[in-house]
Amino acid sequence: MLETTWFILWGLLWAVYFILDGFDLGLGSLLPFIAKNEGERRIVYNAAGPFWDGNEVWLITAGGVTFAAFPKAYAVMFSALYAPLLILLFALIFRAVSFEFRNKVDSNAWRSLWDGVHFITNFLPALLLGVAFANLFMGIPIDAQGVYQGTLFTLLNPYGLAGGVFFVVIFAMHGALWLAFKSEGALQTRAIGTALILWPVVLLLLLAFLGLSAFYTQLFANYVANPALFIIPVIVVLGLAGVRAFLTSGKILLAWCSSAVFLLGVTFFGVIGMFPGMIMSSLNPEWSVTAFNAASSPLTLKIMLGVALVMVPIVLVYQFWMYRLFSHTLKAEDIKNDSHAY
Amino acid sequence: MDVVMLSRLQFAVAVFFHFIFVPLTLGLSILLAYMETRYVMTGDEMWKKQTKFWGKLFIINFTLGVVTGITLEFQFGTNWSRYSEYVGDIFGSLLAIEATVAFFLESTFLAVWHFGWNRVGKKTHLFAIWMVAIAGNISALWIIIANGWMQNPVGYVLRNGRAELDNFLTVVQNPYAWGIYAHTVSSAWMLGGFFVLGVSAWHLLRNADNVFFRRSFRMAAPFTLVMVALVALAGHHQGGTVAQLQPAKLAAMEAQWETEKNAPFHMLLIPDVANETNSVQALSVPGLMSWIAYGDVNAEVKGLKDFPKEDRPPVAPTFWSFRIMLALGGLFALLALVSFVVRNASVKPSRLLKALVWCIPLPYVAIMLGWAVAEIGRQPWIVYNLMRTTDAVSPVPESNVLISLVAFIVVYSALGALDILLLCKYARKGPQE
Ligand code: HDD
Ligand code: HEM
Ligand code: HEM
Repeated sequence: MLETTWFILWGLLWAVYFILDGFDLGLGSLLPFIAKNEGERRIVYNAAGPFWDGNEVWLITAGGVTFAAFPKAYAVMFSALYAPLLILLFALIFRAVSFEFRNKVDSNAWRSLWDGVHFITNFLPALLLGVAFANLFMGIPIDAQGVYQGTLFTLLNPYGLAGGVFFVVIFAMHGALWLAFKSEGALQTRAIGTALILWPVVLLLLLAFLGLSAFYTQLFANYVANPALFIIPVIVVLGLAGVRAFLTSGKILLAWCSSAVFLLGVTFFGVIGMFPGMIMSSLNPEWSVTAFNAASSPLTLKIMLGVALVMVPIVLVYQFWMYRLFSHTLKAEDIKNDSHAY
Repeated sequence: MDVVMLSRLQFAVAVFFHFIFVPLTLGLSILLAYMETRYVMTGDEMWKKQTKFWGKLFIINFTLGVVTGITLEFQFGTNWSRYSEYVGDIFGSLLAIEATVAFFLESTFLAVWHFGWNRVGKKTHLFAIWMVAIAGNISALWIIIANGWMQNPVGYVLRNGRAELDNFLTVVQNPYAWGIYAHTVSSAWMLGGFFVLGVSAWHLLRNADNVFFRRSFRMAAPFTLVMVALVALAGHHQGGTVAQLQPAKLAAMEAQWETEKNAPFHMLLIPDVANETNSVQALSVPGLMSWIAYGDVNAEVKGLKDFPKEDRPPVAPTFWSFRIMLALGGLFALLALVSFVVRNASVKPSRLLKALVWCIPLPYVAIMLGWAVAEIGRQPWIVYNLMRTTDAVSPVPESNVLISLVAFIVVYSALGALDILLLCKYARKGPQE
């Protein structure tokens, strides 16, 4: 029971991470395409400005909780995914630096340098997270000791790559919606237009991904065994439909929220499909790391549950307060006159 | 080099680089909170200017602290997976608690503080910087409880082929951890003090009448002096804890080869590791070593030769790191004392000011050396007396670790240089508006 609870919480933490960091990763991936001048570029940066660091802490927490609740999963996952994880970490390092350093030297060359860095370091994490999770859904070649038998290229299989592209496009749409919420005028129109163009692409990719999942993975087994679970794919579809419906009726914030629901659904579609597997072995199912053989002792799980039940709601309250505080529309003029803006 | 050595090097690079930024975050956040409190209480615009100027430097530093920390969080899984599996039940939960209790608080309120100057009221803004300062120091506590457990594992049982939690309170109350915490946090605050003194000194050298930096100087001098004293006290106390719980480390710190009663402390000492003796031993104070370790001049101090060779830490790096840290501690005490004495003088001795500018990097060096003592002195154990470092490493190909190690060194050097350039640029510019 404790293990199952923690497995669900584990999935939830990743989902919250994708929802929150997803939009700023998406914003950065859109930067070169959506912003036409310096004023607009700074709006794109500052739309993520107060949020990106707090959002990234959800990644740290997801990692930390994997370590605390399922040490074996943490050990196998991150040593098996050694190369992609380090690329992801380096990208996140440069992403943070591009926020902080871009506006610290008054030179166009300096700024374009960091704009380029910003694009790559937002695009790459989105891609790598997608590749990594698709591979986890599918299973990777680990042996009985949890030692990874593949290489970086093993992960770049069709299904893994499809997952990567899928994440990049979802995050881009999610980011465009956030930008639409935070901007006005021409930039807002462009952001809405971008989201509307990306929407059918996401839909197509979703269908393709579901189809590929039936072919490459065992994800549907749990659903077939327990049809009530089909509520999750239904939520996925409703979330995506909501994005378009709210967007066309001009309710941008609700469209972003729908997109968040969609991301929650997509994450849980995979996580529930894997249960109780965490890292499935593609060599022999017996060797898989599961919520049951990877879990910490009941005492640790109980203490951590206590910590999570007390702390996470508090965190959500003050992060929500902070989001409300910075929910105003950004104007190029205001940013120019604010010495604290990025 | 094998995977173990490469992984150790990589961890050392990553953690040392992280710790370039950590102490300034810990120390300067407290000083910022103090400055802004003065502003809110007195309404004096000068304190607001102080907060903004030092705050700008704080944020440049903070960003690199954050990103280098994130890589560390995952290094245990990438490079020390056997370790993670063996002790994750205890160690992992401490890291997870750190994130939920401290990192969210720190990052969220830093955003409120950084972007909120014109969006929230004065009091809320002040509250935000206090939250940042408190959260940073709380995060240090949890990570040090984790590190303290590696130094002195308590509250666990060996079950199911791994170390499992037996008593959480015992883990949290680990005296070793609290000892490290007191010493590390006071040294970080002291570093913050010297940073403010050093930057102020740079400006005062150019213009002795600079009101802004005279005030910064006056504020930082007493703070730094108090912290230097606390560093020495906490360090001395920790020495006693080490003597009790990690006698091999103590022997390496002091290059004590033979077990002896009434052991002397040699002011001048050069160890000769190959011959398991000291080539120079002079200016000895009888009984002082015994007293430092056990508070009793006649106590017996265990020598390195009493430990099997495979259980001894590397003597030379442990010894020299410790010695230089102590010497620097003496220098800091002197500088802090003189700075305190002249804090109100309208013209401060330029030799002192110059020394303070040159001294900015030294607390960093002392802190790194301190960690070198703690971590290298703990070898060959990753968890003291429980797990050897060689058994802890991930089953990953050597090439992976080699490539990532090189990448770390290249990327971190570039970032470090860039960061220092920007800090210098903004520190020189002085307050704006
Ligand atoms: C004595 C204090 C101390 C020590 C020993 C460490 N850290 Fe640290 N860490 C901090 C004190 C700190 C801090 C003061 O809270 C930081 C530094 C700068 C900052 O922005 O927050 C931080 C940031 C920081 C972050 C980013 C948090 C964020 O996004 O806000 C992570 C993930 C870690 N650390 C993780 C680690 C790990 C895994 C360590 C062990 C190997 C470690 N730190 C050693
Ligand atoms: C002045 C007298 C000092 C004494 C007696 C002293 C003592 C010690 C001892 C015994 C240790 C090893 C503890 C262990 O292995 O767990 C240590 C570590 C350390 N020292 Fe010092 N030290 C002094 C000065 C300083 C100074 C000036 C700094 C930095 C500004 C510093 C920073 C550190 C740090 C960061 C560590 C590692 C963390 C820890 O183990 O506490 N120390 N010190
Ligand atoms: C931030 C201050 C710290 C510094 C400067 C530091 C320094 C070092 C150094 C130099 C090594 C390499 C030792 C060697 O190869 O002989 C090392 C190893 C290690 N340290 Fe620390 N350390 C710090 C804090 C921590 C903390 C807080 C933890 C755990 C939470 C930790 C865990 C480890 C681990 C897992 C290793 C690798 C195994 C080993 O070689 O001992 N360190 N550290």
